[in-house]
Amino acid sequence: MATKVMERQELNFWDRTYLPTVVIGLWVTSGHFFKNLILHALHSLGLFKGIRAAVTFEYPEEARPLSRRARTRHRLTQRKDGTPRCVACMMCETVCPARCINIVAGEHPDPNIEKYPVSFDLDLGKCVYCGFCVEVCPEDAIRMDTRILDIAAYSRDQMKLDIKELLNPRSTLLYKK
Amino acid sequence: MSAEFLIKTLLALFFLGGVLNLAGLLTWVERKQSAVMQDRIGANRAWIEFKSPWLRPVNWLLRPLNVLGIFHSLADAVKMFVKEDFMPRGADKFLYNLAPVISVVFALLSFAAIPFGNVLQVGARSINLQIADVNAGVLFVFAMMSLGVYGVILAGFSSNNNYAYLGGMRAASQMLSYEITMGISLMGIVLAYGTLGLQDIVRSQGGYFFDGWLPAWGFTVQPLAFILFMTAALAETKRVPFDLPEGESEIIGYFVEYSGMKFGMFFLTDLVETVLVACLMTTFFLGGWQVPYLSADGFHFPWGAVWLLPHLAVAVLGMVSFILKVVFFNWFFMAIRWTLPRFRYDQLMHLGWKILFPASLLNVIVTSVVVVMRS
Repeated sequence: MATKVMERQELNFWDRTYLPTVVIGLWVTSGHFFKNLILHALHSLGLFKGIRAAVTFEYPEEARPLSRRARTRHRLTQRKDGTPRCVACMMCETVCPARCINIVAGEHPDPNIEKYPVSFDLDLGKCVYCGFCVEVCPEDAIRMDTRILDIAAYSRDQMKLDIKELLNPRSTLLYKK
Repeated sequence: MSAEFLIKTLLALFFLGGVLNLAGLLTWVERKQSAVMQDRIGANRAWIEFKSPWLRPVNWLLRPLNVLGIFHSLADAVKMFVKEDFMPRGADKFLYNLAPVISVVFALLSFAAIPFGNVLQVGARSINLQIADVNAGVLFVFAMMSLGVYGVILAGFSSNNNYAYLGGMRAASQMLSYEITMGISLMGIVLAYGTLGLQDIVRSQGGYFFDGWLPAWGFTVQPLAFILFMTAALAETKRVPFDLPEGESEIIGYFVEYSGMKFGMFFLTDLVETVLVACLMTTFFLGGWQVPYLSADGFHFPWGAVWLLPHLAVAVLGMVSFILKVVFFNWFFMAIRWTLPRFRYDQLMHLGWKILFPASLLNVIVTSVVVVMRS
């Protein structure tokens, strides 16, 4: 195969004065500047709120729109009577690559349901948000659709969610908003 | 005599107060303009608000300033003043402390020769709106700007730090290279108007071309010098396309060992120099305090309309026009600073010595020939 020789592009006279490229650059940046400035001014008058003047989301005040499929903090779904749908089948605990789920199973009083989780602990400090637990669950008992992203704590212990917090996200004292 | 002294003091306070405030505001302009240019919002979290219900109306007044983030300049100042003032071991104590002072003082001194308005008549007294009417004003401004370089060189020299030393050396060679172009490109203006006094240069720009349609401002007479001077003057301010002495990403530059308000003084010098260069550009190339079609007694439009104005209104319009032009150039320099990447060192020297320098010489020769032919 023949070697393709690339001509080295030499700068012509105007390129070497830098002037045309400087003007083009200024044209682009000033275009953005005046467009955004006018939009900011109109926004302050309450007009054209639909057109954004900046790509910034001012986070604590304004949440960034999430994809419908975004995996966020876990929750356990409930039956109509408020008990967890989870039957403690250990599928999620088994599939979890980070081993962050720890379930203790107990005998359920209803003969139609075999087991229920006595405790369901999930360590967010270990979780990798792969979503395998959601995929594998036969009962649709665990979901990752709470849209909670602000997960922060002062210690590793505080990152552990118990069954109460998982059933009702942001209900326990530590995670209250 | 004492009245003269008082008037000069008032002029100096007025002008330098304006300059320092503008330089302080430039930190805000820098943040916000870059943000708006890059589709961002920019710093807006420095917030002043009073809790007391008595001061609710003050909050209402402060709110727009808060939203715009103007108090970031204030927060900056507070930060600079309360930071530790650190001096490296082995630094030359006297020169280390002297360097930022030299930088700021000479940058501010240059403003003394810049006229910001025409003569103002108050009663029988006529006040020249210029702090010092130096008859060799161009030379004075150049001398002050060149002396300002000493601050940078001394800062690099006295810090006992190799990177600071490198920055100081870079500053020295860059300033020397570009000051030559700056001086020679301005020779064209001096030749064209036949004077070294800044007030006289501004007065000479009061004429018109094309039957009185186009004001004969400096950039119409000397378009090449306009571009050359602007490039060289931008290099003098040591800001981004020419920030080799600073070189944030590689050597931090001549002020690497400075902290607190001493660093703040270098920072302020950069901004004051931006204002200074804007003032010089206005004075030499944009007609200083000249307003298009405005004469001493009012507007005389080229289509024949005449609108007479009192003397005070004409003087104030002149000052406003000067301020607007300076603000425009500040905006323009910020736009350049946030558009262009930094030059490589060899490109900088190439541009300075092989393009700008011959071009400025050519400009002087052509201008001289034209001036001689016309006389």
